[in-house]
Amino acid sequence: MSAIIVKELTKKFGEFTAVDSVSFSVEPGELFGLLGPNGAGKTTILNMLTTLLLPTAGGAEITGYDLRRNPGEVRNNIGIIFQDPSLDIGLTGRENLEFHAMMYSIGSDERKKRIREVLDVVGLVDKADILVENYSGGMKRRLEIARGLIHYPKVLFLDEPTLGLDAQTRRSIWDHIRNLNKNYGTSVILTTHYMEEADYLCDRIAIIDHGKIIALDTPSGLKNCLRGDCVSLTIEGRVELIAAALGEKEWVREIVPNGKTLDVILLDYGKNIPSIFQTAGNLGIGISSINFSKPSLEDVFIRLTGSIIREQEGSRQSARRDRMRRRMLR
Amino acid sequence: MIQGRVVYVLWRREIIKYFRARSRIAGAIGMPAFMLIFQGMGFRRVEFPGLPESIGYFQYLVPGIIGMTLLFTAAYAGMSVIMDKQFGFLKEVMVTPASRVSIVLGMISGSATTSLIQALIIMMMSVLLGFRLPFLPAILSSVVIMVLISMIFINIGLILSSVLKDFHGFSTVINFIAFPLFLLSGALFPVSNLPAPIKFLSYFDPLTYGVDALRGVLIGHCEFSIVLDVCILLTLSVLMVCASAYFFRRAEIV
Ligand SMILES: Nc1ncnc2c1ncn2[C@@H]1O[C@H](COP(=O)(O)OP(=O)(O)O)[C@@H](O)[C@H]1O
Ligand SMILES: [Mg+2]
Repeated sequence: MSAIIVKELTKKFGEFTAVDSVSFSVEPGELFGLLGPNGAGKTTILNMLTTLLLPTAGGAEITGYDLRRNPGEVRNNIGIIFQDPSLDIGLTGRENLEFHAMMYSIGSDERKKRIREVLDVVGLVDKADILVENYSGGMKRRLEIARGLIHYPKVLFLDEPTLGLDAQTRRSIWDHIRNLNKNYGTSVILTTHYMEEADYLCDRIAIIDHGKIIALDTPSGLKNCLRGDCVSLTIEGRVELIAAALGEKEWVREIVPNGKTLDVILLDYGKNIPSIFQTAGNLGIGISSINFSKPSLEDVFIRLTGSIIREQEGSRQSARRDRMRRRMLR
Repeated sequence: MIQGRVVYVLWRREIIKYFRARSRIAGAIGMPAFMLIFQGMGFRRVEFPGLPESIGYFQYLVPGIIGMTLLFTAAYAGMSVIMDKQFGFLKEVMVTPASRVSIVLGMISGSATTSLIQALIIMMMSVLLGFRLPFLPAILSSVVIMVLISMIFINIGLILSSVLKDFHGFSTVINFIAFPLFLLSGALFPVSNLPAPIKFLSYFDPLTYGVDALRGVLIGHCEFSIVLDVCILLTLSVLMVCASAYFFRRAEIV
């Protein structure tokens, strides 16, 4: 039995369609990602799957329970970590956790044990008894994650779990999510607009844009849909000569000379790079440096939606990467 | 399907937060306390039709001010739901498998307790100002009536909070409702002194019966009968609890 089966799920706010006939399913123990820019409809999908919003059309089954017919059982089997803050800042960390555990009818002894356990997981043991008001952003997020774990949900929804966190906290949260998924076999549905997060964590990714799923595959499956890899060579000698020679090869897709450097889009660089050196050697041309880039999820995203998901830093290197990327996609 | 643990934890949260927010307590008590002191002391010696001679105006006013305290603190219970909505905590409550009825009952019991505490503080204050308390059984009956009164207005607040989204909307609407209810109820003067059409309206004000019942048990004077008052209050509070449970079941939280 699938952990989640979503069928033609649709949500309209007035005339505006925020989620447009989305279908997918998630297997037990899978780490599934919904990747898309702000406003794509990710949160709205989670709100429907967690019974907070009624779908306009379509529906879903979660651990075998229908969203409309059996919302109580659905709630029993899920946990969610919301995108926006959802703690009671007037209570202490421990009181927030106790509240949650009691709402799930977890008995007193078990409750104490689990609270200790989850506090330990997120490293908040010594801050448990101060008011959440006085927590930092990262501590609040960790407390929310701890809270989502207390009742051992079969399916855990994480809405942008690391939004706005520093790199170190983000790493440690990724590790928690991985461990949780491994140790408890929890199925995880995670939304994000960070490419590297989806790439690093997810078994499969659905790319969402304007309320629709536009691609669904494993991270490597998604990347393979691109035209090829990019190799960037710095040439010592006549660039146009080697460009012409490489242009003959059937595994070369495109060649872009660029002053002393040459960007080559090719299939399967692992196999074909020796042949590049051979060609250069035969022509008596030296190659003084070489750079590879495997396509990233970001490239896939640009290819599918025609836009980048967020501003790039304007460094020279990233500008260069962007150029290569655009060529790979053309 | 009432889950005791859920009702208890929601109640406990309300109480913990009530005692942590001392300024809120002081703020909520300020208004009725001033009414007691200035209105009560200032008009101490007035006499007007409908007010039995054996009962001074201060005795007459105290149950009215207790009713007012209950009305305002209870109606503002919806405010904490609005706050929870804005701080996102309501989502956290609503994704749990706790039955919606238990959630509503938990919110009601928490707010009823804090309203009751406020009303009892006002009652003690009025004793300091010279209010003559009846014997214990009468005081205990008045507590029951206070609970019924707060139930009705808590639920009005809860229903509003399930429909409205923000603070300003809520406080505007609740003031628009609460002030007329207060003035119509006869908390300050006998309803019988009002012109006939307005007096007619006062029969639709639940607080009219609440204040009347409180006067009945606390100062032994009432216009209707205590039994009638209590029947009306009881019926209304049961209906209101059902209504808020219904509204909360339907409500979309985000
Ligand atoms: N309650 C609502 N009323 C009207 N529009 C909404 C509501 N909630 C979300 N939307 C709109 O639906 C779209 C999807 O929002 P959301 O699901 O939050 O996107 P994401 O989580 O992917 O950033 C956005 O354009 C947003 O403005
Ligand atoms: Mg979102």
